[in-house]
Amino acid sequence: MCLAIPGKIKSIEHRFNGLVRMAKVEFGGIVKEASLEMIPLAKEGDYVLVHVGVAISIVDEEEAKKSFEYLAEIGEIDELIEHTQI
Amino acid sequence: MKFLSEYRDADLVHQYVQEIQRTVTRPWTIMEVCGGQTHSLVKNGLLQLLPPEVRMVHGPGCPVCVTPLHLIDKAVYLALEKGVILCSYGDMLRVPGSQKSLLEAKAAGADVRILYSPLEAVKIAQDNPNKEVVFFAVGFETTAPANALSVLHAQRAGVNNYSILTSHVLVPPAIEAVMTDEDSHIQGFLAAGHVCTIMGLDEYYPLVEQYKIPIVVSGFEPVDLMQGILMVIRQLEKGEHQLENQYSRVVRPEGNPEARKVLERIFEIHDREWRGIGTIPHSGYELREEFAAFDANRKFEVAIEKVPESAECIAGLVLKGIKKPQECPQFGKKCTPQNPLGAPMVSSEGACAAYYHFANLLESVETM
Ligand code: SF4
Repeated sequence: MCLAIPGKIKSIEHRFNGLVRMAKVEFGGIVKEASLEMIPLAKEGDYVLVHVGVAISIVDEEEAKKSFEYLAEIGEIDELIEHTQI
Repeated sequence: MKFLSEYRDADLVHQYVQEIQRTVTRPWTIMEVCGGQTHSLVKNGLLQLLPPEVRMVHGPGCPVCVTPLHLIDKAVYLALEKGVILCSYGDMLRVPGSQKSLLEAKAAGADVRILYSPLEAVKIAQDNPNKEVVFFAVGFETTAPANALSVLHAQRAGVNNYSILTSHVLVPPAIEAVMTDEDSHIQGFLAAGHVCTIMGLDEYYPLVEQYKIPIVVSGFEPVDLMQGILMVIRQLEKGEHQLENQYSRVVRPEGNPEARKVLERIFEIHDREWRGIGTIPHSGYELREEFAAFDANRKFEVAIEKVPESAECIAGLVLKGIKKPQECPQFGKKCTPQNPLGAPMVSSEGACAAYYHFANLLESVETM
């Protein structure tokens, strides 16, 4: 549960009267919601590391893809899918 | 299951292994703090690639493993007796309490839900205004900002039926606890990359100085781990002790200032009990008084008796790197992932479970 998973920001919307930015982030086909409050500079198209629904840093695309592939290979992405159903 | 040889970077890993072999001249004991790193080292068969001089021991960095038994009992009580909707991360629900795990409470009729994020729990509270929703907020510094944000979201949305049961632990005091234990023989550390993504590096400089140990902040992929181990060994062989950052592509020296601001606003540092280890001073977060309304501990008056741990479980020694899982007499006998005696056998990030699942990979290491 301590891993952060890299994904790409597809779209951004504002909540709480514009105070909070939430993004749809895509992880190899799975789209989940993540808060962008910890990375105010993130924009659409950026790759971000997401941990339990909160984006914690911006990473470069190359790095994001490599690390996503690795996580998928060792089965760590299942966590995302599993929890989508519950 | 995939093996290391199938990864694209296998060659690079082997180059690091050769470099470690060339560098090392005598035995060294190194601890990786983070359970995710333990999992990766074991699962990818990295331990048996290391020369016999390099002994890796596994640290207390599994939040599920160090959450005290009586807190699990409290969560079970809230779910079963107080009728709250109890939510947490998947691993947490499987840990046995003294009577039941949360999943067993669910089987007995309690409303217990596995969530991916605490922010989802706030939505559940909004959708169920007549119910209390409690999120069992476990985690290290990486996870604390998300748990903190859930409180802020609830406050902003005027949700007053949401609270968190905190079990937040911090890495630097755990390193101190390990180093001050007289049975510990640890000479260097791999620190957890994602923790430092939030906290940055500042907290680690004093540890390096005080205990004269190399600390290398590392990622969790095979190449990261091997490079991190090499960096520790280079320092040890030269008699140096410095803080180095192997994971600089993700970890910035200052960490994530926004996240640190949120942590500072919501939490204050308290002494905390670590399962199997005992109380470590200043080692965890509790909600500040200002957020008492969102603190399940203050909201629900529940007196839970402390129950002694199974006398047969040596989790404390395993978590401090003094014993390896297979040195526990119950490992694989009375204690298995189906029937765990202690928490390190439950979570996939716990050392006992990692060794149990990948025992076939480890045979060669353990005969050394
Ligand atoms: S093998 Fe089981 S009983 Fe032994 S230390 Fe690990 S969790 Fe405890």
